[in-house]
Amino acid sequence: MFEEIGTNAEGDMMINMGPQHPATHGVLHLVITLNGETIKKVDPHLGYIHRSIEKMCESLTYRQFIYVTSRMDYLSAHINNHACAMCVEKGMQIEVPGRAQYIRVIMDELTRIASHELWWGAMSMDLGAFTPFFHSFRERETINDIMEETCGARLTMNYMVPGGVMNDIHPNFQRRVKEFIQLYKRKIHEYDELITGNVIFQNRMKGVGVLTAEQVISYGCTGPVARGSGVSCDVRKWWPYEVYDKVEFNEVIETGGDSFARYLIRMKEMDQSIRIIEQLIDNIPDGDFQAKTKAVLKLPKGEFYSKVETARGELGVYIVSEGGTTPYRIKFRSPGFSNLSILHDMAKGGKIGDLIASMGTLDLVIPDIDR
Amino acid sequence: MTNEELKSRITALNPGATYEEGGEWLNVVVSPDSWASLAASLRNEKDLDFNYMFCLTCVDWKTHLTMVYHLFSFTHKHTIVVKAKLDTKQPVIGTVCDIWRTAEFLEREVYEMFGVHFDKHPDLRLLILPDGWEGKNPLRKDFEDPINMIRL
Repeated sequence: MFEEIGTNAEGDMMINMGPQHPATHGVLHLVITLNGETIKKVDPHLGYIHRSIEKMCESLTYRQFIYVTSRMDYLSAHINNHACAMCVEKGMQIEVPGRAQYIRVIMDELTRIASHELWWGAMSMDLGAFTPFFHSFRERETINDIMEETCGARLTMNYMVPGGVMNDIHPNFQRRVKEFIQLYKRKIHEYDELITGNVIFQNRMKGVGVLTAEQVISYGCTGPVARGSGVSCDVRKWWPYEVYDKVEFNEVIETGGDSFARYLIRMKEMDQSIRIIEQLIDNIPDGDFQAKTKAVLKLPKGEFYSKVETARGELGVYIVSEGGTTPYRIKFRSPGFSNLSILHDMAKGGKIGDLIASMGTLDLVIPDIDR
Repeated sequence: MTNEELKSRITALNPGATYEEGGEWLNVVVSPDSWASLAASLRNEKDLDFNYMFCLTCVDWKTHLTMVYHLFSFTHKHTIVVKAKLDTKQPVIGTVCDIWRTAEFLEREVYEMFGVHFDKHPDLRLLILPDGWEGKNPLRKDFEDPINMIRL
């Protein structure tokens, strides 16, 4: 791939972006063909953090493989674990206790807020604004502290297991989540004052990286990327799981299709997540936090598919079982992979400077793409 | 459309299609040669309109490979799973990346991981594996790497 770099026969310049570029947020390597400042082609080279998780899972039992999945989309670790636990539960027909369902949804929504906050800080930094990073990490730290108290980890949680959750919540959990909600409500206006209404920021975002609804569906994009183009695709609304059908929240949809629309979606989604947590936090039912399951899980012969909404879109887990204690084949349909595939169409014809802005709003997490 | 209606509709489009019982959704098994033309009708016929391919993968069954396509229609809210059995020695199937653009990257992944050749794919080259990768395809069941094999 490195021999491609330089000037090609048509006089276009080919340059590397990444794998150690700060704006690719990880080890994404793009080979960009440029005519002057205009992008002609974006060709992603993946695999710098490929760990072959799918192959690894084939030799891990149904209790073990969940730990590996926290390392895929590390910003949505809870939600990854959730998808896998749900797929195993579907195969084993395990009924999850109400208490565990409530805890799972609260954890998922806290994760979503933490993920969007990190995205907000990092994306603003890509565009040259350094202050937002500190603001978003201030709130994100609070969530991490809450997680640490209950799960014992701050990033790779491994908290959701087949049948429920690993441990009961910490006695401080409800109090601290409520404190966080108050903190969030006090601080969120700063986000809008700092960035959303900023003229320079809006000029860089509006009309940049426009995607149509047809393009988005054809490329299989999901999450805020699809909803920014007016496509309703929220798994929580379309195929409700756990207690999402019992809580009130709106699926945020914008029709602009540009980077600014995708930005607004994530900002509004955080408010919706707070709304969900507020409805659940005082009503966590008593009872078991985990269903009684056998020590060794054996899925019946067959194929099982489960999907959840991560902070980036639809994560699907496809398990093919031969009736043993390990999956015969497992496939993770990761949202980032599909969202990355649209990058060429999105950037083509635009300026190289705009690539940073539009790629930032795709919210790519490279370990999720490479798996 | 219900599964029964989908069944009769697909049989009309592709008389050779068979159906697998079990599973969450309707499982259709087609021959690899007829897949590309069936895919075009699944996408373009107004009453089917499968516009969203949410998963594309392959399973190595040692005796054969099975391509698995999960399709969903946002307009009609129905889902099907299409499967095609391929030969292990020379697996070839028509590409669908002109119908669902997401298939372009997913097929490249299956190409390097399973060695399936996608006929008429515009850009079939390695995506995740390093350039100059030689040897077997990592997700095949007979793959052995004496140094870096992941086994616990």
